Amino acid sequence: MPGKTKVLKKPNRSLAEQAYLLEIAKGLGTTLKHFWQGTSQMVSGNTPDAVKDPWADGIATISYPDEKRPYAERWRGVHRLTHRDDGSPRCVACLCCSTACPAQCIYIKPAEYAEGDARHGYERYPELFVIDELRCIFCGFCVEACPCDAIRMDTGTHMTAYDVKSDFIYDKAKLMSMVSQHGTQKSENPRHEPGDPTHPGVDRLHGGH
Amino acid sequence: MLLFWISAIVKIALIVGTLVNMAAILLWVERKQSAMMQNRIGPNRATIKIGSLEIRAAGLVHSIADGIKMIWKEDWEPVGVDKFLYRLAPIAALVPPLCLFAVIPFGPTLYPDHARDLYDASWAQDAMRAVPMQITNLNVGVLYIFAVAGAGVIGAALAGWASNNKFSLMGGLRAASQMVSYEVAMGLSLVGSMMVYQTVRLDEMVTWQTQHCWGIFTQPLAFVLFTTAAIAETKRVPFDVPEGESELVAGYFTEYAGLKFGMFASGELVEVCTSSALLVTIFLGGWQLPFVQLTGFEFHALGIDLSWHWAHFIVVIVGVLTFVLKCAGLIFMQLQIRWTLPRFRYDQIMKLGWRMLLPAALVNVLATGMVLLFLNGGAHS
Repeated sequence: MPGKTKVLKKPNRSLAEQAYLLEIAKGLGTTLKHFWQGTSQMVSGNTPDAVKDPWADGIATISYPDEKRPYAERWRGVHRLTHRDDGSPRCVACLCCSTACPAQCIYIKPAEYAEGDARHGYERYPELFVIDELRCIFCGFCVEACPCDAIRMDTGTHMTAYDVKSDFIYDKAKLMSMVSQHGTQKSENPRHEPGDPTHPGVDRLHGGH
Repeated sequence: MLLFWISAIVKIALIVGTLVNMAAILLWVERKQSAMMQNRIGPNRATIKIGSLEIRAAGLVHSIADGIKMIWKEDWEPVGVDKFLYRLAPIAALVPPLCLFAVIPFGPTLYPDHARDLYDASWAQDAMRAVPMQITNLNVGVLYIFAVAGAGVIGAALAGWASNNKFSLMGGLRAASQMVSYEVAMGLSLVGSMMVYQTVRLDEMVTWQTQHCWGIFTQPLAFVLFTTAAIAETKRVPFDVPEGESELVAGYFTEYAGLKFGMFASGELVEVCTSSALLVTIFLGGWQLPFVQLTGFEFHALGIDLSWHWAHFIVVIVGVLTFVLKCAGLIFMQLQIRWTLPRFRYDQIMKLGWRMLLPAALVNVLATGMVLLFLNGGAHS
């Protein structure tokens, strides 16, 4: 039993198109137009700003390391640890991010603040905060998971290529040194320190719930 | 005699040097031209640093970098190659296109004794004191070109055979069949021109065109056919199935590295130059500039009689420059075609060669013969 056959329509080409020569001339016309446009732009130095106007006629590429296209505001780049006002990390070592991480690239060693510290009993701090950027898949789950807005991926820089594998292991100091696209190391979200009037005053050691 | 030998050596050195350097320059032209056509910036990062001075020369430095790279790259030979043929192949690919230029006249004959005088036809009697702007004036002219161009296939075929690689073998096979097929159409397309010019000598062809009109007007069909066949002979896009990288890696030169690969690549570019020079000589009046005679600028038409006499050496320089510029124009056109058209399929190439170009060339011969017979009043000429 014959199967279904699909009959393809023959392209309806005119004799002039079949002869090919005229079409070659047309194609050459198009490429020559672009050649002339590009050459005159390069010679006169009037190349369109491909960064600002990517759809302009003429030269459409940029000299990458010299010129860069801006990344979108929410583009996920290399992580950074946000700072508090006093320069310590906002991170409270709750391990939410390392738990959420599908690539298991975050390692945190939590530690207690010393006795007498205002934060003692309320929160912990990361003694070690290590991200293996080679393992990271840049999904942004850690940022979503963080309850304290302590980890962000708004640096606007992508992963650099290093020669040595150990250079890809970002420790706490390195992560703290990263700066956001807008040049800040902090976060715009408010932070309520223990002792502040806005702080709920509930702590882990003394209960209160 | 001394003048003959000195001028011959100088001409050979000049032509070979120019052609080999043209390969490097064409590499740059090709990259930059394609970049401009495709709305890109193109190569411009290679830099020569002399102190604080940075020379980029709009990407021309890349050609130097390529040359250095090819020379210093490891000359790696795969196991199991036919060593002799493997090493012979790049030479066989580069030498024929260089040799082709031997018979191409690139300027009017120079008479060094009369450099500052006005041209006089009587100088030609003292042939020993003449420097023809042509390495050698063979009486078989065009036939020599067919012979040497036909030898160009040997390099590709040998490379494909000697590499001990199936991709290379396929590439070599394709190169051989394609070049042999287009050799036929190429030869037949020029038969009409030879009938019109009544000669196979290239310098006499240029002289005929100087006295009558350019070959492109007497043989327009042959011009199209010969251009197509010449592009096919260079094995470049749209006729580059021999190296079609989508199916054959790099075709017949897959197994070549370093300078040997460079010889194949520059052989291709030299072939572009020589085919342009051939087209100029046979169809575009060679070194002749319209309205410029051996005595200078002459314009006698539309009731205007303009005569502007130039010294002999100026006429020669103008002739050589005209030839170079015409060649440059055709090279530009060939590169433009290379970056405009997509690659033909193998069967399309065979069809085009045997079923379109060959019959068209035969028809052209027939038509030319009929017209010539009609013009001569039916008499033998």
